[in-house]
Amino acid sequence: MNKRYLAFAGNPNSGKTTLFNTITGSHQHVGNYPGITVDRKEGSTILDNNKIDIVDLPGCYSLTAYTQEELVSRQVLVEERPDLVVNVVDATKLERHLYLTIQFLELGVPVMLALNMMDDVRSKGIQINIEQLQQDLGCPAVGTVARTGAGKEELLRTAVDFAAKRNGVWQPLTISYGPDVDPVLECLSGMLEEAQLLQEKYPPRWVALKYIEGDDSIIEQGRTLAPELSRQMEARIQTLREHCLKTLNTFPEALIADYRYGFITALLKKSVVVTQPQSARLDLTDNIDSVLTHRVAGPALMLALLYTMFHVTFTLGEYPMELTHRFFALLADGVTAILPDGMLQSLIVSGVIDGVGGVLGFVPLIMIMFIIIAFLEDSGYMARMAYMLDKIFRSFGLHGSSVMPFIISGGIAGGCAVPGVMAARTLRSPKEKLATILTAPFMPCGAKIPVFLLLIGAFFTEHRAAMMFSITLGAWVMALLVARILRSTIIRGESTPFVMELPPYRLPTLQGVLIHMWERTWEYIKKAGTVVLAISVLIWAGMTFPGLDAEQEEQFVAARFQLEQSLNSTTTPAQQEQILAALKELEHSHSLATLKHSAAGRLGQMLEPLTSLAGFNWRTNIALIGGVAAKEVIVSTLGTAYSLGETDVDDSSSLMTRIQKDPDWNRATAISAIIFVLLYAPCFVTIVVMARESSWGWAMFALVFNTTLAFILACAAYQGALLVL
Amino acid sequence: MQQSLRHLQLHDKARIVAISAAGELGRRIRDMGLVTGTEIEIVGRAPLKDPVAIRLRGFTLTLRNNEADHITVEKLEPSA
Repeated sequence: MNKRYLAFAGNPNSGKTTLFNTITGSHQHVGNYPGITVDRKEGSTILDNNKIDIVDLPGCYSLTAYTQEELVSRQVLVEERPDLVVNVVDATKLERHLYLTIQFLELGVPVMLALNMMDDVRSKGIQINIEQLQQDLGCPAVGTVARTGAGKEELLRTAVDFAAKRNGVWQPLTISYGPDVDPVLECLSGMLEEAQLLQEKYPPRWVALKYIEGDDSIIEQGRTLAPELSRQMEARIQTLREHCLKTLNTFPEALIADYRYGFITALLKKSVVVTQPQSARLDLTDNIDSVLTHRVAGPALMLALLYTMFHVTFTLGEYPMELTHRFFALLADGVTAILPDGMLQSLIVSGVIDGVGGVLGFVPLIMIMFIIIAFLEDSGYMARMAYMLDKIFRSFGLHGSSVMPFIISGGIAGGCAVPGVMAARTLRSPKEKLATILTAPFMPCGAKIPVFLLLIGAFFTEHRAAMMFSITLGAWVMALLVARILRSTIIRGESTPFVMELPPYRLPTLQGVLIHMWERTWEYIKKAGTVVLAISVLIWAGMTFPGLDAEQEEQFVAARFQLEQSLNSTTTPAQQEQILAALKELEHSHSLATLKHSAAGRLGQMLEPLTSLAGFNWRTNIALIGGVAAKEVIVSTLGTAYSLGETDVDDSSSLMTRIQKDPDWNRATAISAIIFVLLYAPCFVTIVVMARESSWGWAMFALVFNTTLAFILACAAYQGALLVL
Repeated sequence: MQQSLRHLQLHDKARIVAISAAGELGRRIRDMGLVTGTEIEIVGRAPLKDPVAIRLRGFTLTLRNNEADHITVEKLEPSA
């Protein structure tokens, strides 16, 4: 069997991934390019006697070195030398899509065109003379309709034949860049050829072109390998630059782009005829846009849509989430029944099952969320949302596309920062993306809500709605303000240009949406699962060890034994009940003593002098420390710390009463605690996901920075409230 | 009359006469097909007047107003 290695490349919105999905179906997997968060999608298919491996390069508009997507694409072409690049283009927009094609041809790599969306071409009354186009470009071209799969077999057959014919030989295309650039290009490629610089990887004229275009990555390589030659070349280019500015008032790289487009225009004059100038789909898109991006209706519909989306996700997600929780509760009960009481049981139940269950509990949410996100993205609406909201978000150093991560994280109270942070993937601007990831966890996620409800219930019963609203509003204000501060300090820098395509509206394909959803979900299970398991065991150990001294333990055992003895000897139900209550009390104080004695408990007590500035006693401290594992833990740990046993998150009335009576708690403490819980360290699952989307450094930064910020604000609020209330 | 792209009204058509952006912005603008001589049409503005949506070469793209400032255009008379 012959092996062929193809690379699918093309502009975003060219239908490249849809074509890739149609061809490879379920035979694909997603990995990562080392060091960056761009997905590496690979798949395979079989045609006759050929096994065809395909890599789906990230969508890009050009082959420069400005974005990760472009750099990665270039690296794959140069380092892995695929047999053939299948350049997928939207045949209705050839003029722009061929810009990338020309760059592949100039690099010299074997290329063929997949003229996609041929159905639109026909319906728009465009005629493409494929024969002529092939001849002029010197590469095969096949018409396809990725959504239906039409033409895919002819495409593969042509690809295999052409790959065999070219046999991996690179043949760079030479384009004239006019009287100013051409001589310099000649001169530089002569110098490069003579010095044999970068010859084994790139054609000399291409390297020269990249030097003139100011390509950082190539110039860097040149400087390292041949500093002197590089200096001479850069001096020559500087002269050209000054000449261009003086005589033409433009830059050499702009001239190059002009000539490329000129080349394309000339080419298309021969091979493309438009008989009807009006375009059906663009008209439909225009009509939809006149409503969806309307000055008043647009934002109103967007809000309605976001709210509905959110509502659907969390209502639909509730059932499978409940099921997952039940399953793990059952599993925990089972293990408790099988294993004897003791450390091993506690480790498996509280450490492993609770940890893994906690992670998998989010899976249904993530699946639904990403089905919706994939739908919004593939349909073209996501780009419109970014377009409508950009002005607001930009003034805080963010991007129009930041809205999604914020909303999902809890911008409408009750979200979850885990899928929220993952949704930041759709941001293509690195700085804005980082600022979004770091601030999205401030939002009131579903797990923080029970804490708020407890505190509001205990101290602000009459202002429930107002308090919840203020919390959500406060979260938005903090997220945006902190984003602004980050973007003008440690993530400083020009905002990424908003030069963005508004693609025509399309109905997404089911396959595309499902594959997208599954990729994200699986990635989450895989990555978060392993790390979170380790961390949850660690936290379990922190809240368990060191156990009570033998002496203390014995006291409890003795007390229990005594109570059990008297239970056996009593006969009246009233007395029995009394003793049972005493037994329960004893268990609670045993849990409390163990917790107090554990590493987390000691830390909580140790921190009390400091945290008393914010009004937190050591019991609260322990609960807050536990909350770093998962915010759901806060209420239940607080229950244990108040010696009430593990408190049910959904029914905390006894804890509420207990807190109300505690002299350490008052309205000021409640406000302070609400602020702290809202803003402090993201839960560990979120931190792991943050590390995955940015780096461990930034994730750790969030842990420390958010906690510090939360503490300062909590102290300020507490001290302020003490004066006022 | 030559003017900045920012000042065009909805549905105005124009031809690009100069682009003054360098660096990353210049590169992005060029990659998307905004080069001298290209004909464009303003097809929309975001609810807050910024960014602006323009049509060229058969597709639509968005630009912020401060990015549009780098593009000088010559307004074309609406054809009959």
